[in-house]
Amino acid sequence: MSAPNTPTRTTRRGFLKAGASAGGGLLVAFSLGRTLSARPAASAAFEPNAFLRITADGAIRFYAKHDEMGQGIHTGLAIAVAEELEVDVSEIEVLPAPASPAFANLAFGVQGTGGSTSTWSSFDQMRLAGATARAMLIAAAAARWGVKPVECSARNGTVRSPDGSRSATYGALAEDAALVIVPEDVALKDRADFTRIGRPTPRVDSPAKVRGEALFSYDQRRPGMLTAMVERAPTFGGRVESFDGSAAEAVPGVVRVVQVPSGVAVIATGFWAAKKGREALQVAWNEGPGAHVDTASMRREFTKLAQRSGLVVRSDGDAASAFEGADQVLEALYEVPYMAHAPMEPLSCMVELKPDGGAHIVTGSQFLGVDHGAAAAVLGVEPERITFENSYLGGGFGRRASPVADFTVEAIQVAQAAPDLEAPIKTVWTREDDLKGGWYRPMWMNGMRAALKDGELVGWHHRIVGQSIATGTAFEGAMVRNGVDSTSVEGAADMPHGVPNLQVELTTTNNGVPVQWWRSVGHSNTAVAKECFLDECATALGKDGYAFRRDLLGGHPRLLAVLDRAAAESGWGTPLPPGVGRGISVHESFKGFSAHVVEASVVDGRPKVHRVVCAIDCGLVVNPDQVKAQMQGAAIFALSSGMAEITLTRGRVDQSNFDDFPLMRMHESPDVEVHLVDTGGEMGGIGEVGVPGVLPALCAALFEVTGERVRRFPFGDVAG
Amino acid sequence: MTIETTINGVARRIESTPDTPLLWVLRDELGLSGTKFGCGRALCGACTVHVDDQPVRACAYPVRFAAGKRVRTIESIEESTVGKAVVEAWVEEEVVQCGWCQPGQCMSAAALLSEIPAPTDDDIDAAMSGNLCRCGTYVRIRKAIHAAAKGLEGNEGGEGR
Amino acid sequence: MQLVLRPPALVALVLIALGGAIALAARPEARPPSAPRTAAAAFQDVARVLRHPRCMNCHPSGDRPHVGDDVRVHAMNVQRGPEGQGRVGQRCATCHRTENNDDARVPGAPHWHLAPRSMGWEGLDDHDLAEALKDPERNGGRSLADLRAHMAEDPLVLWGWEPGVGRAPVPVSHEAFVRSLDAWIEAGAPTPGPGTVSTF
Repeated sequence: MSAPNTPTRTTRRGFLKAGASAGGGLLVAFSLGRTLSARPAASAAFEPNAFLRITADGAIRFYAKHDEMGQGIHTGLAIAVAEELEVDVSEIEVLPAPASPAFANLAFGVQGTGGSTSTWSSFDQMRLAGATARAMLIAAAAARWGVKPVECSARNGTVRSPDGSRSATYGALAEDAALVIVPEDVALKDRADFTRIGRPTPRVDSPAKVRGEALFSYDQRRPGMLTAMVERAPTFGGRVESFDGSAAEAVPGVVRVVQVPSGVAVIATGFWAAKKGREALQVAWNEGPGAHVDTASMRREFTKLAQRSGLVVRSDGDAASAFEGADQVLEALYEVPYMAHAPMEPLSCMVELKPDGGAHIVTGSQFLGVDHGAAAAVLGVEPERITFENSYLGGGFGRRASPVADFTVEAIQVAQAAPDLEAPIKTVWTREDDLKGGWYRPMWMNGMRAALKDGELVGWHHRIVGQSIATGTAFEGAMVRNGVDSTSVEGAADMPHGVPNLQVELTTTNNGVPVQWWRSVGHSNTAVAKECFLDECATALGKDGYAFRRDLLGGHPRLLAVLDRAAAESGWGTPLPPGVGRGISVHESFKGFSAHVVEASVVDGRPKVHRVVCAIDCGLVVNPDQVKAQMQGAAIFALSSGMAEITLTRGRVDQSNFDDFPLMRMHESPDVEVHLVDTGGEMGGIGEVGVPGVLPALCAALFEVTGERVRRFPFGDVAG
Repeated sequence: MTIETTINGVARRIESTPDTPLLWVLRDELGLSGTKFGCGRALCGACTVHVDDQPVRACAYPVRFAAGKRVRTIESIEESTVGKAVVEAWVEEEVVQCGWCQPGQCMSAAALLSEIPAPTDDDIDAAMSGNLCRCGTYVRIRKAIHAAAKGLEGNEGGEGR
Repeated sequence: MQLVLRPPALVALVLIALGGAIALAARPEARPPSAPRTAAAAFQDVARVLRHPRCMNCHPSGDRPHVGDDVRVHAMNVQRGPEGQGRVGQRCATCHRTENNDDARVPGAPHWHLAPRSMGWEGLDDHDLAEALKDPERNGGRSLADLRAHMAEDPLVLWGWEPGVGRAPVPVSHEAFVRSLDAWIEAGAPTPGPGTVSTF
């Protein structure tokens, strides 16, 4: 891959000068000169910016700045570029961008994919990249033909002269276009003129993935490559006291056993030898204070903390008085467990050390920006000596967006521990490593109180107890203010409902269990507590869950629009078969708005989900079928989070694989209908937006059937 | 030990410890990385291949069991009419998200359709529930299997499956 | 892979239930003093073994096998199928081989499959269990002698005593089980009275 590694602000000497006209159209002043042919051969490719490379053979390469982990972003970004470049997406080869500041996420400031930011944060940037390239291609053609650029047109990868008599393909224009000075400002199309954005476009990665040809991080092979597996401490924060690797080294295929900061690494010729070698290791551990972590006692501690005041994050009106004067006060504890991301492709990272102290790293990461900096620190070299190749990601859900670059750093440390092997070393994780390895969605407890008076909800008190994700990471400065991690309270502190007296508090705990953002982050807790408890309020007030929410959400047209749409499409209020209940929820997260209606029953003491109806408003939609796919997947992902948990006993993670950490399977999976709502609002997030509301809608449906509230996840046996 | 087997129609002599799972012979020795690793315990189906036309989980299949048998992986799925229909339906229905589980899903689907050309939803539930998808593409997998079945209807009486 | 259930396989299912009895029959002098004194006691010993998860998990009365010492429903929607071999796409042999795979923790034995519905023992008391075992309509058409001829040898039966990592073996020796079985058969295989459910 010969992608640009630095931000490309093309400054080649050229003869064509482009600039923006007052009206936004492109003005190009040009002159042709004899030095055209003097251009070095190496610059034959037209690279108007870091994202695009068009070669004389007509190939168009697009470097996607966001990581493809299933969300269809490679296709989405390519659509935005293609719209302005005037080519079909099918004509574009989409490649993952290498690590470079040029590919920084404009919402984060560093290169990364997460927070459902990719589409909205890069949409204009990608369009501009395409439009700029198109303008330069047109300028090159106009110069060649001696006509005004503004009179030329570009369509389907071809520039045509004003009278249509002449045409040139982008490939044919690439060399000339490379000499055009990059225009500072290019007008973008009006929404009404879109021909590709908003229409279903096939995913660019599907055929290769279906045929098993697409390369993921785990699939990477290089001549002489070795495979490493790390035996990590059984407790979080544990350290190697001593180890005996002799039995491991006797396993055929094992090349070396080395100690690394996270444990003991077995380096072998392949996965199986590494695994058998690791099983033969003898390691004595200093288990450290992590050996005392126990989720059963954490629950008791959290329950106590939920009774005490926390840091006040938001205070509207006078909550205390509202509760004193209430006709009825409702109280409930809602809790969610530690949750593993469990992407289907376990983690891996290949490191090839370079003689100059740098490295070439091949991985599957959501956070190349963070990885790059961390790699430079670990290797003790400037970032320029480290190159990254990102593969397709076999699922991410936040796990591959490590704020401390955990699996990248560890893979570098493995390579550093055996530099004389002079081989690329791919450190791989097993499923057990993944589920026991930490970086979970935090376990959270929510102390909920509601004050009801004269048939109305007049007071709301939400107290959140749990760990902070950002504290202690490079993101602490940006995300933790006055002791409040914004991810802990998102979805609660910004509750839009019209409750006159409202207080939100946070108590942050810490116990050394590494936690991380998990698809929808804090909303995966707060929305569950908020929406479930709102349903309790509706019931206590004798109100319908849909009507109750409608009344509370006046002045929030986007929330109301999705709520109304989900209700209408689901047939809210129409009779259901006996034993089937229906529940509803609505929530804003990541600048997106979603509502869910779930129909469910109880079969053999377990929830059975029959149907999920989702309405989403994410603003302008780039690829509608992929928004639907994300909502379908998000619903299944959320339902799975009601089936499994990560628990610890004496510091050890109790779960190990998909037998004791079950995910939803085909026969349990409901039909998921998705309806796109466009209220004309600004673009927002998608991938995470479909998660938070699903469990609460399911809980409301189950309450219809059982008359009992589920307040703790995963679901245990449900009364039938 | 030496194991003689046929992989994607090609006779192979494999040198391996007998207990090495077929999965790692395919991936690490033969470079056939289309067969994926997800759990190592036959719990997720990402490693599904066909041995003598039946689906097996390659992560829990010691390679010595493949001696004298015919192994098919995702890399040759399109050599059968059914496999071709599955791949086409998967692409047409936009099933794929991250894609890691999909080769295994396709191999299971092809095995299902080879024996039951027009499966019911219940048949699909029975055949496909060993294949996990963390992205949650089940809705579309179901649709794609029905679509592939419909596509195969026209082939009846043709060259066969 | 075995697609059609052949008679020996049917018999094997009964063997899972009965364990091997032939050893004792051939060597009566080997009977130790601790052998059960009454046919009723002998059958209780047999019934305990048959109700152990190693035997019972694959002798469900419904269409779903069970797994584990805690007798969970087999995950993955695994079902009986027309021949007790699972259903298309997820037959037993999709995961289970002819021997245990301790690396993957997948149990295995020759002709691994589910007992026919007629041999489902869930919910039976000792009386009904004894009747089911003796009834040729339900036991695969075998006489007790036929069954015993296979009991001591069938590897699928013997698997219950070597079930691989993560699974408790049947807690009495195969030999002791065989002694009890033999004692019961020698006594004419009497059916116990209703109401008793013998378990470990």
